[in-house]
Amino acid sequence: MNIKKIWDSLASVKLTLFVLISLALASIIGTLIPQNQPEIDYIRQYGDSLTRMFKILDFTDMYSSWWFTGLLLLFSINLIVCTIDRLPNVIRLITTDNLNTDRQRIAKMAQRHTIETVRPEEIALLNVQEAMSGHGWKTEQATLEDGGKILFSQKGAWTRLGPYIVHISILIIFIGAVIGSFFGYKGSVYIPETTSVNKIYEFGTNRPIPLGFEVRCDNFRLSRYKDGSPSEYRSDLTVIDNGKEVLSKSIVVNDPLDYKGFTFYQSSYDSQRRFLVKLKNNTTNTGRSFIVNPGQQVSWPGTNINFGIINLSGPDALGAYRFKIWFTDNKGEPSIFWVENETDAVITRSDTDYLFTTKEHYATGLQVARDPGVWPVYIGCMLMIFGLYVAFFLSHRRIWAYITKEDSKTLVILGGLSNKNKIGFENDFTTIVEALDKKENTTSSKE
Amino acid sequence: MNSSQLFGITTLAYLLASMLYIAIFVFRAKKLGLAATSVTVAAFLIQTTAIGLRWYESYNLPGYGPEAGHAPLSNMYESLVFFSWCIAIFYLWLELKFKNRLIGAFAVPFAFLSMALASLTSDAIRPLVPALQSNWLIAHVITCFVGYAAFAVACGLGIMYLIREGSDTSNKNSLINTLPEPRIIDDITHKTMVFGFIWLSAGIITGAIWANSAWGTYWSWDPKETWSLITWFIYALALHARFVKGWGGKRIAWLAILGFISVVFTYYGVNYLLSGLHSYGS
Repeated sequence: MNIKKIWDSLASVKLTLFVLISLALASIIGTLIPQNQPEIDYIRQYGDSLTRMFKILDFTDMYSSWWFTGLLLLFSINLIVCTIDRLPNVIRLITTDNLNTDRQRIAKMAQRHTIETVRPEEIALLNVQEAMSGHGWKTEQATLEDGGKILFSQKGAWTRLGPYIVHISILIIFIGAVIGSFFGYKGSVYIPETTSVNKIYEFGTNRPIPLGFEVRCDNFRLSRYKDGSPSEYRSDLTVIDNGKEVLSKSIVVNDPLDYKGFTFYQSSYDSQRRFLVKLKNNTTNTGRSFIVNPGQQVSWPGTNINFGIINLSGPDALGAYRFKIWFTDNKGEPSIFWVENETDAVITRSDTDYLFTTKEHYATGLQVARDPGVWPVYIGCMLMIFGLYVAFFLSHRRIWAYITKEDSKTLVILGGLSNKNKIGFENDFTTIVEALDKKENTTSSKE
Repeated sequence: MNSSQLFGITTLAYLLASMLYIAIFVFRAKKLGLAATSVTVAAFLIQTTAIGLRWYESYNLPGYGPEAGHAPLSNMYESLVFFSWCIAIFYLWLELKFKNRLIGAFAVPFAFLSMALASLTSDAIRPLVPALQSNWLIAHVITCFVGYAAFAVACGLGIMYLIREGSDTSNKNSLINTLPEPRIIDDITHKTMVFGFIWLSAGIITGAIWANSAWGTYWSWDPKETWSLITWFIYALALHARFVKGWGGKRIAWLAILGFISVVFTYYGVNYLLSGLHSYGS
């Protein structure tokens, strides 16, 4: 008895209303009090005693607090218990034997129509059957105990499951969220151009997480609109697995790179006022990149080449620099010249040409996520929209016809029920009645 | 003629339409019916043209290349315009379906208010920041605002219900009794809320998918997300109370109003009062 009581209250819509109101109120608190700020900020804004109260009630990290999680758990239990509690009845409604419906019930249905005809029973029955199947209503047939014949047809019985599809979709989303919180992680990493990383750092804890492969940033480009505001952040990434380059992709915000369950999102960038120089010998076709601090002399190992950035101007409104370069290969006078940002300069020396390019050296800031729960969440979301559509816009429509001999005439009683969209169903029903009237071509009486 | 001027005309036309619909109700001037509908349809068509024109203009921004072009759904101004557009088309559909112009007095003013609010906001066309360069932006904004528009109309219907229900029904000739029967208003309110609820759900989902493709987090309890969820809870509550407990009438009317207050806060209040990921929407 007690267990029954607990079960009933867990299945009750009262609990649903309570949980929805509680979740709404709690969420309001969570948006009014900033979450996960340093303690000092709360003390400054709310004072000592309020801050202490917030800490005790977990208001500063509310969405992961035990009581908020508890509310979500209660919500899930309510959904599960309510579904188990009501589903058998719904299934009974779907699978029930509608042929076993008596004359009185049919005559009292929301949609009803009675026809008297002089035709014999069999013909009247055939007419009804044709009128219904002619409009897509396939009929079943039976003979009742009182000798009357009954025809039945229904559409969309399964749509009664709509609300339960929605409930289950919410549970699937929750399952996805739980999988994500146990088996997923989120972190970030900065990769300076031309270098690679094999681990990322978890948000909050800064714990290093090994990737099991390497990611190299080949290039980062910050493009700007004419007014200087950023138009695109683009990183050219290469994945190196087991020493082999397996995948290259140029990522931008909204278009990440996926590899082995990790997803790399463009999120920010960093510049240290260092410059990336690319140098190529046009005769031997050998090249190399250098990371250069302004005013510092750099040597190309294995050659006689030395160079440096001896002056620079910028950045301008679009973030571009101009560079003054000093270059020597110990054959004749050094070359000194100005070069634009990311523009090829050809350095003509006595025996060969060199191609020289330089640009700001960036580190691309990537957000990295691994969330095996995303697919359940997405499936749950699709199922929810489908379920809502079914629950609100599709209906279970049923039409009965009872045919019996009365005195010298044949009596046809049509009855129809729909659980939703009564007006739409009235049209369906009228169509069938009209089709039947046409066939009978006799006086019919609307009750 | 540029889109700004057309939007100005739209605003005035919605004001005129609102006054006509209110006049139909207050002065029982049924003769004005055709005029009210015509002005609303005209305003809607001008607005549609203006939205198209603004879209086109974004490809020809002085000083920017065609890469700055984008659908006009990217900031507060554009969203208010689109909100107003959705309310107008939704109302016109209701008028057609239920053959009743009295609802106009409670719905079209929302279309005007939204345009009026837009006129207080900067209407400069700005190229999209990288975070907004996604097709999900369009899906997200459209789904959300179709839902919001339905909720605005549901709120208007809720107010209409409370006025009708609170009236003295003994005097058959009283002004208020020209409104549709409470039972009918209640039914339309409920259907409108159901329609809005599906679109709001789709709006939250498209937002989550977009967030996941941009940042790798489909839900981060950002104030805007949280408020959209609060709104969802309120309407979910209203639907359950009706389906299971048979609530109707005043209670549902009040929930329609409360729900819309939550919508307004989600949409407008959060941008100005709370900080978060959607701050670029302001």
